[in-house]
Amino acid sequence: MNEKRKNSTRSGSNFKWVGEVTPRPDGVDKVTGRARYGDDLKLPGMLHARVLRSPHAHAKIVSIDTSKASALEGVKGVVTYRDIPDHPLATPPYPPIIQDFHDLSRNVMARDKVLYDGHAVAAVAATSEAVAREAIKLIQVKYETLPHVLDPFEATLSDAPILHEYQFTEGADPDTSKPSNTFRTLSGERGNLVQGFSEADVIIEREFSSQPVHQGFIEPMACVASASEDGSVELWTSTQGHFVARGLLSKLLNLEISKLRVTASEIGGGFGAKTTIYGEPVAIRLSQKTGRPVRMTFTRSEVFRATGPAAGSRCRIKVGIKSDGTITAGDAEIWYQAGAFKGAPVGRALDTFFSPYNIKHIRAAAHDVCVNRPKVAAYRAPGAPMATWAMEAVLNEAADVIGIDPIDLRLRNAVKEGDTSLKGTKHGRIGLIEVLEATKNHAHYTAPLGRNEGRGFAVGYWLHGGGLSSASVILQDDGTVNVATGSPDIGGSRSSMRAMAAEELGIDVKLIKPIIADTGSLPYSYQTAGSRTTYATGMAVVNAARDVIDRLRALAATKWDIGVKDVRWDDGHAIPADKYEGEISPLSLKELAEVAMKMGGAIAGHSEINASGQGAAFCAQLVDVCVDPETGRVTPIRHTVIEDVGRAISPDYVEGQMQGGAVQGIGWALNEEYIYNENAQLQNTGFLDYRMPVASDVPMIDTVIVEVPNPNHPYGVRGVGEPPLVSAPAAVANAVENAIGTTMSHLPLTPPKILRAIGETIPEAAE
Amino acid sequence: MDYHAPESIHAAISLLVNAEGDARVLAGGTDVLVQLREEMIEPNHLIDIKNIAETRNISICAKEVRVGAAVTGAELGEHPKVKALWPGVVEAVGLIGSHQIQSRATMGGNLCNASPAADSVPALIAADGKVVIAGPNGERKISIEDFLIAPGKTALAIGEFVVALALPIPPTRTADAYLRFIPRTEMDIAVVSAGSAITLDEDGKCTHARLAVGAVAPTARLVKSASGILVDGLLDDDRLEQLAQATSAVCEPIDDKRGTVAFRTQVAGVLACRAVKLAWQRAMERDI
Repeated sequence: MNEKRKNSTRSGSNFKWVGEVTPRPDGVDKVTGRARYGDDLKLPGMLHARVLRSPHAHAKIVSIDTSKASALEGVKGVVTYRDIPDHPLATPPYPPIIQDFHDLSRNVMARDKVLYDGHAVAAVAATSEAVAREAIKLIQVKYETLPHVLDPFEATLSDAPILHEYQFTEGADPDTSKPSNTFRTLSGERGNLVQGFSEADVIIEREFSSQPVHQGFIEPMACVASASEDGSVELWTSTQGHFVARGLLSKLLNLEISKLRVTASEIGGGFGAKTTIYGEPVAIRLSQKTGRPVRMTFTRSEVFRATGPAAGSRCRIKVGIKSDGTITAGDAEIWYQAGAFKGAPVGRALDTFFSPYNIKHIRAAAHDVCVNRPKVAAYRAPGAPMATWAMEAVLNEAADVIGIDPIDLRLRNAVKEGDTSLKGTKHGRIGLIEVLEATKNHAHYTAPLGRNEGRGFAVGYWLHGGGLSSASVILQDDGTVNVATGSPDIGGSRSSMRAMAAEELGIDVKLIKPIIADTGSLPYSYQTAGSRTTYATGMAVVNAARDVIDRLRALAATKWDIGVKDVRWDDGHAIPADKYEGEISPLSLKELAEVAMKMGGAIAGHSEINASGQGAAFCAQLVDVCVDPETGRVTPIRHTVIEDVGRAISPDYVEGQMQGGAVQGIGWALNEEYIYNENAQLQNTGFLDYRMPVASDVPMIDTVIVEVPNPNHPYGVRGVGEPPLVSAPAAVANAVENAIGTTMSHLPLTPPKILRAIGETIPEAAE
Repeated sequence: MDYHAPESIHAAISLLVNAEGDARVLAGGTDVLVQLREEMIEPNHLIDIKNIAETRNISICAKEVRVGAAVTGAELGEHPKVKALWPGVVEAVGLIGSHQIQSRATMGGNLCNASPAADSVPALIAADGKVVIAGPNGERKISIEDFLIAPGKTALAIGEFVVALALPIPPTRTADAYLRFIPRTEMDIAVVSAGSAITLDEDGKCTHARLAVGAVAPTARLVKSASGILVDGLLDDDRLEQLAQATSAVCEPIDDKRGTVAFRTQVAGVLACRAVKLAWQRAMERDI
């Protein structure tokens, strides 16, 4: 790891803990198995829940008879849609990310129709898992099957089966009285496209498609709910945001926020999929009905069939470029599969297509289309990888046509501080040029390639999240410190929070224990998503630590009977002003902790913020692959990720994020896809046949950490987690194209597709 | 469901014959336990054969190698003599699952699960392996090809179970190889596979050849014409081309989640040639 970091362009710093690799705060418990995940909580009298799921992709529910299941010995409770409150449809104007409780209620438990294979229809709570399994088989559901549609483009055609009779395309022009699978189209435009394309020497136009992909978290959704007769509810769940889960649950189930206490378990990955709720409301209702704690753990098959993948897509893109490499115009349109309910990441697609480049004339449109698949959920830079792939593929082709180096092409058009994106974001200090230069200067870029090998390049953009975060820094009377945040630790936030607190307080990280507080113990914090946690929650931790320092300075001032302005804080000590030199000795944080308990009381610092200024970040990737010309099999052989991270607080975790995003992108590009049969039933509901890369499928992913500090954060942090996935599928696909010498426009690039593209004897009808 | 762990062949047969309802034999359990958990099977009796000595031994006599039905992949992989005699068979078994699975999975179980994509099967057919079956009427020994009837279906009669697999002691200058195609490197199921055993004479000419392909038909198939193409000849491009065509010609695959008809048919030919080349090269390296 240290060997690799020699490559980095990290700026030197005088920090003691920020930027250092320290032992993981969660390491020992994860290695020994002591860490408690969603399924690990066991309460006295706890029941086991199982869900009955639809075998049909689209059907009316005629009747549900649960009487036989209820009568089975050991069954304590059954719920159906009748137990989940209904809510009215959301009304315009719609926010960029819609949270519609009408849809959420129906996704949690099918109401009048089932809309995908695996849609929940009923659930039971029983004294054992075996009884619960037996019981759901006794539930009799009568269905009236309906035709289904899986492809987002086909779903927009006039003869497509309609999922929701109540859904009319928002802002359709001309207005329509016919229900539609298209919920809305978002679009944006600036400049004059006709003029832009007329200025171009080369115009490249292509179409692309991609399949839905699974986030691939290892821990299935799991929770334990315990409802009291007094109306309060405790919930333990594997989630990326327990405050967000509490908000969704309290509104969905009509619970008072203060009475619903949610604790985030240790989490075995989420990648965006655990930013919403699935089993939690059902477990709570079963607990309320039975008066007993209820555990609900999804099987892997349930995770695949019924929780959110990333949207599949169809895309058209047209880009105009001058022979000197100046991009004159861009026009893109994308159709996203929302799944059974609206909510595909259309806004993000619009913001992604052209944002790394300063282009005068651009237009982008994105359609949010319902199909008979599980509702999409966030996946690491939602909506961005597919749009980025289209744009980057076209730019690589353009570079080839006009004979310019692909990185020089990007450098010529790269956005800088002061430029504005299509969405209207005015960039602050950003590091795209630094990332491109580091990529161009990397030995990988010019290394020789062997037979059947190809090299790919792509760069990606992502606008990070900010938002609400809270933190408490609590000084204990022995001089040790707890740092409490409301952000579940998925990518190493505890380590970064600890490092920033140690840096501020001037104490060893060993004296700090970071924890994730439950929803009753800390004010609201948004979820760990949007690469926001180290930025926003980190800022709250820095504030809270400075709050502690202020209180310690005041305490020292009182003890010394001098003015607080005459006490400064340095290297873990309260230090009196120079004029008291020799008269008053400094007091360490540990000494002050003891003093506090005898004087004014315990010391803690708090911060509640709504962070902004997080800005954008860029990530480039270089990928080499080898393609077997006889089988179409792709072997990734070299991969380098170059990302501007602002400042790496915990460099080992930062590298992990860069590598993880790259690996997910390799899977997305090469082999991952949902395979449905003719009845739209999912065929690959496990990791055996949903072909995510395993460790031996990927080469060592080299990382280059570029640090262009973000001036809006006390330590210069930018988001890190998402950009590496944004550009990965594009870079991998580009490498395959380069190896086989032909364009590839339909992900995943499976061996049959590659073999067919190579033009061997395989007949066209094959797929 | 009742679990039984008999300690003799006789006791196992008696349990199988007298079982009320459905009985399932368990060796490593890497298929059976998964099928139980996924509720694909719901037997009344589970009969674990791991405590029967004959299923746990590897024995080598003048005529054959016998590998007990409950010998694990890890044990087989560390058996230097079997590895030296039939490297392709050992490699095929070694491809099943992960390291962890290898410590439980057995060649006998892989065969009895009767998946068209089972890794050990094309290698066993190429090596001309036999199945040793115990039953109420005593022991019988049949070829792998005759043992496998259809996906999930074998020639085992009621009361019978597989005790061991028998491989012949190979003639001089014989070697085998097994290759499979998966889009990943491991933890996957063969999309297409090929096993081959080649015997060469002193001049490097082929005297005996067997080739079998997997995952391209309801059961693994012996490519009968391979012998005619390869025997009495040296390995040249013309013969390999004929071999690829002959292999593709015996394929009757299906389109499913793991691959397509066209892909499987074409790549079966590619793998057949690669497996033959590898077996040939290994045979060349053997002492005359």
